This record gives sequence, C-alpha cells and structure tokens, in this order.
Amino acid sequence: MGRAKLPRKSTNIDMTAMCDVAFLLLSFFILATKFKPPEALSVVTPSSVSTKVAPEKDVVLITIDKDGKVYLSVSDANVPEKKEMIDALNTSKNIGLTDAEKANFVNIPNAYIGAPFSQLKSYLDKNPEQLRNVIKPGIPAADSTNNEMIDWIAAAKTAFAGKKMNVLVKGDDASKYPSLQGIIIALKRNDEMKFQVVTSPVPAPVGSELYNTQQKLGTKSSEN
Amino acid sequence: MDTSGGGHHKKGPGVKKGKKLSTRVDLTPMVDLGFLLITFFIFTTTMSQPTAMRLFLPKDVKNPDEQNKVKNSAVITLMLGKNDVIYYYEGDSAQTLKPTDFKKIRDIVIDKKRRTDPKDFVVVLKPSVDATYKNTVNILDEMTIDGVKRYAMVDISPVEYNFIKLTEAANGVK
Repeated sequence: MGRAKLPRKSTNIDMTAMCDVAFLLLSFFILATKFKPPEALSVVTPSSVSTKVAPEKDVVLITIDKDGKVYLSVSDANVPEKKEMIDALNTSKNIGLTDAEKANFVNIPNAYIGAPFSQLKSYLDKNPEQLRNVIKPGIPAADSTNNEMIDWIAAAKTAFAGKKMNVLVKGDDASKYPSLQGIIIALKRNDEMKFQVVTSPVPAPVGSELYNTQQKLGTKSSEN
Repeated sequence: MDTSGGGHHKKGPGVKKGKKLSTRVDLTPMVDLGFLLITFFIFTTTMSQPTAMRLFLPKDVKNPDEQNKVKNSAVITLMLGKNDVIYYYEGDSAQTLKPTDFKKIRDIVIDKKRRTDPKDFVVVLKPSVDATYKNTVNILDEMTIDGVKRYAMVDISPVEYNFIKLTEAANGVK
C-alpha cells in the first residue's frame, strides 16, 4: 500500500487579524502624532548637523521673520511667567494695559509680541485673527541704542528665576545678520550666555571630521 | 472563485459542491497599505522634530589686556558677504582677502587646520550686514563639522567691510 495521504494544508493565511493589528497601530500613530500647530509666523529655518532636539518646556522663543523683524513668545504652559513678565513691563514702561489686553498675551496659545512698547497697547488690543492681517512692526532690536529686546529678556529672566529658561532663536533663512546681532546684544546685556538656535536636522557630510567622530563613537550626539 | 480551499474533502460523498461564492476577501493588499501608512506616520513624527544648535556667548571684556591673545599666524578670518560669498584671509592681512563660497570653505578651513598647531588654531567669523541669518548658522555649523575647537564670532570692522565692498565692486557684484 501507498503511504498515508497527508492532508494538503492551504498556504492561504487569514489576513484579517493582521489587518486588524495594522490598522490599530495606524490609528494609534495618527492620534499620537502631534501636528504642527498652525503657526502665525511662518519661518523657514536653516539646517544644521546638530542632533539635539529643541526643548519644549520653559521656552522663551525669539523669532526672526524673513524681513528681519523680531518677535517674542513664551511656551504656552508657562502662564504664571507670562503674566509676571507682562505685569512687570506694564509697570516699568508705563504702558497702561488693561486686564483683557494682558490676557491676550497670557492666555491665548501661540501668542507672540511683535510691537515696540509704544504700540503695545493697540497691538494687544487685537485678537489673533485680527493680528494675522495686520502688518506687525516687530520688537525693535536692531542695535544697542534702541533695543527693547533687552527689557523683554530681563523681564523673562526675572519671571523664570529659579527655573531653567531655554532661550531659543528661530530665524528665517532670508533674514539678515543684524537682527541676530541685536538679539545677541540683548542676551549679552542680561548675562544670558547660552542660547539655542532652532534648525532642521541634516546628517553630517560623509568624510568630514564630525562624520568620522560620529562613526567612531557609534553615536550621533554632537554636543557643542 | 473558491478560496475556502481544502475544506470540501471532509464533506460526505453524496454532497454536491454548492455554487456559493465565498465572502472572503484577500486582505493582503490592505495589510500592505496599513503598514505602509504606519511607516509613513512613524517617520514623519520623528523627523519633524526641530533640533537646536547650542551656542555659548563669550563675556564682553572691557580691558583689552584680559582678552584672549591669539597668534596671528594661526588665525583664519572668514567674512560673510553678500550673495552667500565668503571672504577669507589668514593672519591679519585683511587686504589679501579672497572670495570663496560655502562649498569650498570646508577644504580651506581643513587645509589651514592641518598647517597650524592645534592649540593655537582659531577661526574668526565676521558676518557683515549683508550676510543672511542662514549664512551665519551655516558657518557656525561648518565649525562643528570641521571639528574646529576654537572659533569666535566678532563684529566686522569698517576697514574690513570696506575691503569687501572694494572686492565686490571689482568683481562687479551689485
């Protein structure tokens, strides 16, 4: 007699379970992805080989737009610090802001300051929708004589006393160097010697010294 | 199409195979698509994180005697001009400046670095008012790439800026 007939198993696998898993993961990633908030200021950042991720907490962000105008914002979670900053400057600069105008800076997410002290009242009078369509003058920070950034940094430093303040500078590719120079002057005046420049990451060029070091260390960290 | 494959041999001999079409759908392409989208989302989430380049500013020293002294021969000065052009000179002879660009600057810096004692080697960066923010960040990044340990960003002097202007005029740069 011939040998026992083995039942031929089908090679078709039931894909339903795998499909379930795939789409479960997919929905997880879609939900977990933090989409970039609609930024009121669009800035194209330069790239660098730095691999350190920009901090998100306790951030004082200085933005330079493509025309070289300077704006200042504080991360949304730091409401008490924002309040302290605007209160202190309101008193010292005699701006005469109402509570509603202060709230426009303190409570609205992604709120940023883009006006000199003289125009701050009318600037903060507007809600974000109105601001979008208005030509913003920016904070004067061109040189050391009329540099209101010095006051803003000083206020931020006082408000963040006891905490680690992360100063981030986010500049547009097309902006000119003097805007950055003005910010550096303002930071130096306040003894804020450390700041970070927001960049988009690129890998180190193959064959360069940094590339060789990274290969040797087997790590991609480039602390400078 | 019968995709329920291999099930009918268990049926009794008298049972005729029905003409019922299977409701099963081949899910393989759908799984493929699912995983493709997952990969896409994984990549976009990690890539979109902006990175930060750390910078440390030196303290301004009032008294010039307290400033760091550098050997003239070990210094290369890079001045950032208009239209992504870099003007560079070695030592303190600013009138001998030569124009170059961001592609060639790496070889120039590395060449200078090789010819100089590592403990004296200093790169001085002088962005002019015509330089863009991108130029400034790129040249700082270049220092990291080339492994330059000591570099300084200094304001450009009117004399040097004048040399750049003259060179630009000679080369017909508007």
